[in-house]
Amino acid sequence: MRDAVIGIPRYLSYYSFAPLYETFFRELGFQVRLSPPSNTDILDAGVRETVNDACIPIKIFHGHVAAIKDRVDFLFVPRLAGAKMHYTVCPKFLGLPDMVRGSISDLPDIIAPRLPMGRDGLQGLRSLYRTGVRLTGRRVQAMRALHNARRALGRRINQIQQGGLEALGFDQPRDADLTVALIGYPYMLYDTLASGGILGQLRALGVRVVTPEMVSTREMRRHARAYPENLFWYYSNRSLWAGMHYMTSGLADGIIHVTAFGCGPDAMVNKLLELESARYGAPFMAITVDEHTGDVGLRTRVEAFVDMLRWQAARKEGLT
Amino acid sequence: MKVSYAHMGTSVMAVNALARTLDYEIVPPTPPTESTLTLGVRHSPEFACIPFKIVLGTYIESLERGARLLVSGGGRGPCRAGYYGEMHRRILLDLGYEHEMLFFWPPLRSPLDFYRKLRTFKGAASWPRVYRALRLTWEKLMALDDLEIRSHRVRPLERCPGDTTRAFRRALGLVDAAETVEETKKARSGGLELLDSVPVYTGDPDDLVKIGVIGEIYVQLEPFANFRLEERLGELGAWVQRSIFLTNFARTDILQRGDQGVAKTAAPYLPENVGGHGQSSVGEIIQYAERGFDGVIQLAPFACIPEIVAKSIVPRLSREYNIPVMTLFIDEQTGEGGIQTRLEAFVDLLRARRRGRKDVDDAALSGS
Ligand code: SF4
Ligand code: SF4
Repeated sequence: MRDAVIGIPRYLSYYSFAPLYETFFRELGFQVRLSPPSNTDILDAGVRETVNDACIPIKIFHGHVAAIKDRVDFLFVPRLAGAKMHYTVCPKFLGLPDMVRGSISDLPDIIAPRLPMGRDGLQGLRSLYRTGVRLTGRRVQAMRALHNARRALGRRINQIQQGGLEALGFDQPRDADLTVALIGYPYMLYDTLASGGILGQLRALGVRVVTPEMVSTREMRRHARAYPENLFWYYSNRSLWAGMHYMTSGLADGIIHVTAFGCGPDAMVNKLLELESARYGAPFMAITVDEHTGDVGLRTRVEAFVDMLRWQAARKEGLT
Repeated sequence: MKVSYAHMGTSVMAVNALARTLDYEIVPPTPPTESTLTLGVRHSPEFACIPFKIVLGTYIESLERGARLLVSGGGRGPCRAGYYGEMHRRILLDLGYEHEMLFFWPPLRSPLDFYRKLRTFKGAASWPRVYRALRLTWEKLMALDDLEIRSHRVRPLERCPGDTTRAFRRALGLVDAAETVEETKKARSGGLELLDSVPVYTGDPDDLVKIGVIGEIYVQLEPFANFRLEERLGELGAWVQRSIFLTNFARTDILQRGDQGVAKTAAPYLPENVGGHGQSSVGEIIQYAERGFDGVIQLAPFACIPEIVAKSIVPRLSREYNIPVMTLFIDEQTGEGGIQTRLEAFVDLLRARRRGRKDVDDAALSGS
C-alpha cells in the first residue's frame, strides 16, 4: 500500500479542508496527487461528462476527476452529509460519489468517507479514521494521521481568520481606500476559473477584500440566531451569515455576492441578502458566473460597482 | 380568519373538505394558470424551482381574494423545500401583505411542535370533530386517487378522444360535492361507473405501451405544472402509472412507498436520501423495469437538485436494466408544443422496441 497514489480533486470541499485531506493521506504513507488548478480544459471535460442540468461547480468537479483519474490508484471523493437530523447539505455534495460513478467510466477505486457537517463545520471524523484503517490496517498510525491532519486544518483556519486573504495566497493592495465583502462559497471565490478572476480585478482596482472565511465562529453564530435554525446548508448558511456580518458591522463598504449558475440554494440566499441589504442600506451586487461569463463583462460590472462605492464615499465626505 | 393553501392537483378538494369541516372560512386556491405562473415568476428569485414560483403565485392570488392565513406543509431534508416557507413568508411580507403563515413540519421530526400547531389550527373544534374531519379527508383522497388510477387505464383505450377526461371531470365533481364519508363512498363508485361507461376498444390491455412516471412531487401531482402529461400519454395510447399518490402507502396496486423498499432498491446506486424524491426516482426506475414497464418518464423542475443527482445515475440504470428513460425538466419557458413532440417520439420509440422484442421472441420460438 505504501507509495500508492491517492488523487484529490482540487475543488469543492478541498478549498475548505485541504490541509486536513492532504496531511491525513500523506501521514498514512500515500503519495498525494492533486488535480491541476482549474483551467478551461478541466471545465470543458466537466461540461462534457456531467449531466447538462448540473450547476457549474459540479461540472468543474467532474472535470477535475477526469483530469487525474488515470494517474492515481485511489480517488478521494468525500461525501459531505448533515451531522444530525437538523443539519443538511446540498444534495449534490451528499450524492457526489454516486454522481461521479454514474457519469464517468473507468474510474479507479473511489474513497468516499461520509463527513458529517454541523453548524460550525466538520463534526467528527470517525469515518475518515475508519477509511485510514481500512486502507492501511494500522490503527495507531491512522489515529495519529487524523490527529495531525486536524491540527493542520485548525492552524490554517486561524491563519486565515487572522491574516485574511494573504494567508490564502492572494495579495491585497497596500493602501486601499475601499473594502468590499466578497460573499460566496469557497469554491466560487478562491478558484480563479470559477470566480472569473474577480479577486484579481478588485485588487487591480485598489480594493481590499474580505470574505466569509475571515468571519469568526462567534460572529457567525451571532447572526445565525436571526434565522430559523439552519435555514440552509453549511456553505449557504455561511454566505448568509457572513453577508449579514459585513452589512451590519461597517467593516465593508459594499457587498458582492458571487453565485454559481444553476445553484439552487444560492437563488434563495441571494434573495435574502438582497432583502436584508435593502433593509440596512448596504450597497449590494450579485454576480452569477457560468461557463460563458466573459472576463470583460464581469470586469465592467465590478468596475461600475466600485465606482459607485467611491462616488458614495466621496459624497459622504463632502457632506461632513 | 380566512385560510388558504397551495394547490396540488386533485388533492385540493380533500384539503378544502378538511378546512371546511373544521369550520374555517376558506379561500379555496384556484388551479394555477398562466397568470399564476407569471405572478410567481415576477416575485421569485430567478433560479427558484418552478413549484416555488407557482405556489407563490397561488398564494398571491389567494391573498388578493381575502385570505389571511396561509397553511403549508413544510418540507424537510437536504433539498430546498426546507426553506420554501420562510422564503415565501419574507417575499410576501416584502410585497406588503399582512398575513400569517403556519407551517406543519412532518410530525416525526418534532412531535410536540406538530401537536401545538395542530391545536392552533383546529381552533375551537373538538378532537372528535378533528378526527371526523381527517377521516373525511382521507376518504376523499382515496376516492380521488382511485378515480385517477382508473382514468389512466381507460384513457388509452377510449374510442373517442377526450371522453375519459370529460368523464373524469364529472367524477371529480361528484367527490367534491360529497359532504360525508358515506356520500364520498357513493361518489367514488358513481365516478368509477362513469369512467367504466366510456366506450372503449376491446383488446388486450397487455398490448398497451406501459410508461412509469417518476420525479418530484409537485410536478407529478399538479397537471398545470406537467402540461397534463398523463392525459397526453393516455391519448397517445399509453397506459401510465405514476409513482406518487398521496394515498400510496395504503395501496398495493401501485409502487410501494413509505416503507424502506424504494430506498433499499436504490441503495447500490444511491445510498443516501438526497432530499425531494431523488432517491425514490432511482429506486423506482428499477422497480418499473422489473415490473415489465416499457419506459419511464422522469419529471423534474428545472435545476431541481435531487432530480439532477438522480439523473446523473439514469444512464447507468437505463443500460443495466434495459429500459429507456426520458427526463423532462420543466421551467417557465417550457412550451406545450415541445413537450407534445417529445412525448410522441418517446411513445413511438417504446412501441418500436416492443414490436422488436416481439419479433425477437417470435424468432426464438420458431427456432430460427
Ligand atoms: S451548493 Fe449550489 S453550487 Fe454548490 S453544489 Fe449545490 S447546487 Fe451546486
Ligand atoms: S425537490 Fe426539487 S423542486 Fe422540490 S424544492 Fe427541492 S429542488 Fe426544488
